[in-house]
Amino acid sequence: MFPFVLRRLGLMLLTAFVLTFAVFCLTNLQPNLEKLARSEGSVRMSDDAIASWIVNNGHGGPMLKRYGEWLGVVPGWVRTDDKGVTRGRCIVDGSDPAQAATYCGILQGNWGYSTFAKVPVTTVLGRSLGHTGWLMLAVMVVMVPTALLLGVLSGMREGTRLDRILSTLAIVTTATPEYVSGVIFVALFASATVGISPHLHDWGWITEKTLFQGTATSAMDDITWRNFTLPVMTIALYGIGYIARMTRASMTEVMTQQYIRTARLKGVSFRQVVMKHALRNALIAPFTVIMLQFPWLLNGVVIVETLFNYKGFGWTLVQAAGNNDINLLLACSVVAVFVVLVTQLISDVGYVFLNPRIRLA
Amino acid sequence: MDALSWGSIFAHSVARFWPVWIAMVATFLLSVRYKRHLGLYGKLYDSPVGMVGFGIVLFWIFTAIFANAIITHDPLKVLSGMKNALPGSPAKGVPPEAYQYYLLGGDNGARDVFSRMVMGAREVLVIAPAATLFAFMVGITLGLPAGYFGGRLDTVLSFIANLVLAFPVILLFYLLVTPEIVQTGIPTYLAAVLFLFPILFVVVLFNSRYFMVPARRNLYVGIVLVIGFWAYIGLAFDKDPLGVWHMDPNLLNVFVSVVFVNSPGVFRIVRGMVMDIKARDYVAAGQTRGEGPWYIMLWEILPNARGPLIVDSCLRIGYTTILLGTLGFFGLGVSPESPDWGSTIDDGRKLLNLFPHPALVPALALMSLVLGLNLLADGLREESLRD
Repeated sequence: MFPFVLRRLGLMLLTAFVLTFAVFCLTNLQPNLEKLARSEGSVRMSDDAIASWIVNNGHGGPMLKRYGEWLGVVPGWVRTDDKGVTRGRCIVDGSDPAQAATYCGILQGNWGYSTFAKVPVTTVLGRSLGHTGWLMLAVMVVMVPTALLLGVLSGMREGTRLDRILSTLAIVTTATPEYVSGVIFVALFASATVGISPHLHDWGWITEKTLFQGTATSAMDDITWRNFTLPVMTIALYGIGYIARMTRASMTEVMTQQYIRTARLKGVSFRQVVMKHALRNALIAPFTVIMLQFPWLLNGVVIVETLFNYKGFGWTLVQAAGNNDINLLLACSVVAVFVVLVTQLISDVGYVFLNPRIRLA
Repeated sequence: MDALSWGSIFAHSVARFWPVWIAMVATFLLSVRYKRHLGLYGKLYDSPVGMVGFGIVLFWIFTAIFANAIITHDPLKVLSGMKNALPGSPAKGVPPEAYQYYLLGGDNGARDVFSRMVMGAREVLVIAPAATLFAFMVGITLGLPAGYFGGRLDTVLSFIANLVLAFPVILLFYLLVTPEIVQTGIPTYLAAVLFLFPILFVVVLFNSRYFMVPARRNLYVGIVLVIGFWAYIGLAFDKDPLGVWHMDPNLLNVFVSVVFVNSPGVFRIVRGMVMDIKARDYVAAGQTRGEGPWYIMLWEILPNARGPLIVDSCLRIGYTTILLGTLGFFGLGVSPESPDWGSTIDDGRKLLNLFPHPALVPALALMSLVLGLNLLADGLREESLRD
């Protein structure tokens, strides 16, 4: 087990380096830097001025060196301009250059400054990850039990009408991307002119104009049923179908096993067979699927946070990309890559852990 | 003139699709008549789920083909006073010979939602299957040797594939599909690499098949090379001397990114299947007969892997449709005027609370197409497992 985890960790680190380097290259492309120079310096800079701004602000030189500086394994750049002012990556404006650290990359905890929000990246990222954390928690609480229940129910008696209905339902939800279900939900539940809200209001069942709110901005301070239901449902729906299908496949396979038949022939009731014998074995495969679903949730999070204007991680990513906020975008990418790789590792290790038949030397 | 009621909106819309209905009925009648001679496609008609899925997909395919006959107005034309008009509103200020209604209302730019939805089908159904086809070419060309030879080649290719798969799709789009990136030429380089694979695939396919008949081999490979490189120069570099092959830079960017995202998935499936199939006796027999590795891969292993690949291609076209919609939704798509479904959903969502119809119509269209493809894949899987 241990060498296996170690090997996986090594591969994961290599992947992380390659991916962050790719992201670094793509965010630090020459046109992006020129755009940054215009927004940070002045819009009317000449091409020469832009070129010298880029060099003077440490964006010149080989890509690999800059990546090393950003990572914190290569000494940060220091440059003294013609006025005799020394500036550098590690030198805070106004402080003594001699006292500054040599290395200051993300390994030293220096994630840089968000050029758009004018605050350190860690502040922005911490706040938005907090918001997204609540969203993800709610999604998981809704999605996982629902999906497993649907999958087990349709898989325990394959081919019945219940199975047909639930399977079709699962296909429908996997065919509905978040931007489609979000739009449908808002039209149905959060519009004062169409959908069910006007009727409910007329009948006096709800006091507000709409059943749910079409934006989740207020959920950042105070999460309520009204402002959080639709975003959570929108993300969960897409995942539910997929996980339910995987659970169903795993459950139907388990239900054809010899030991299930033996238990049935012994006279154990169907309910007991499902609960005691089948369920545990059937839930191993969906575990992996749920873990690998995280990268997908990230997709959903970006779409839903944009749609419902909830200023979490996804919203921040979109803003950073739109505003050419290089440091923030890089930090978002690192978080995203990290989440993906860690969930992959957990799913691999967890699978071995849960399934006693797999033994890795 | 009065606005149409919901019933007559429905009736009018159904009537507008008349070429589609005729084509669908003809296809279904002919297919059911000759289904015993049509292989897997014919068997599809034994599965109700597959038939429903195929019906939906067929509906959108014919809609894309006959889009010019179906649309009621020019999808880009703005009629003043029709901004956010409700479904069934009479069109204002149109000549008497033109269509008198906005069947599904007007959008925020006062354009006809119905016509934009129909034209959007054309956009989506051209790009999504083409991108999937390219992704399959790349995935198959790399997955076959990786699975067949194994070793270091497999290690390197699998690592690269996992790398791309570990990249969150949305992030990749935000990094790859930007106006700045077109300036750097990265999409062109990517296209230069990715577009080589289809040519390579077909060349190797013919070369291995007719290796023993040099005259035919030279003819086929020659034709493929000439046409392939002609298209290649036009599509990837936009330097076609005759001007036949051309791709808008933005479209090229979107297309290349979608192919790039999809290829590793295909690679993994093909590699896994090759590793399974290469242990079979008929492969060993082929090796003993002295057949070349590429002949075995392309003409013996690949045809035996076709079932899962066909199923996966259906699912993947649906997935590509979702991806294209995502791109449009974030405004990263082709042009802001474009009637593709993702962009129109993005346009419509700003006034979703007041006027849901401009966003709802393309949303339901996209959902139904993907649903159809998923059902079709399900039916195909069921039928191909049956024998």
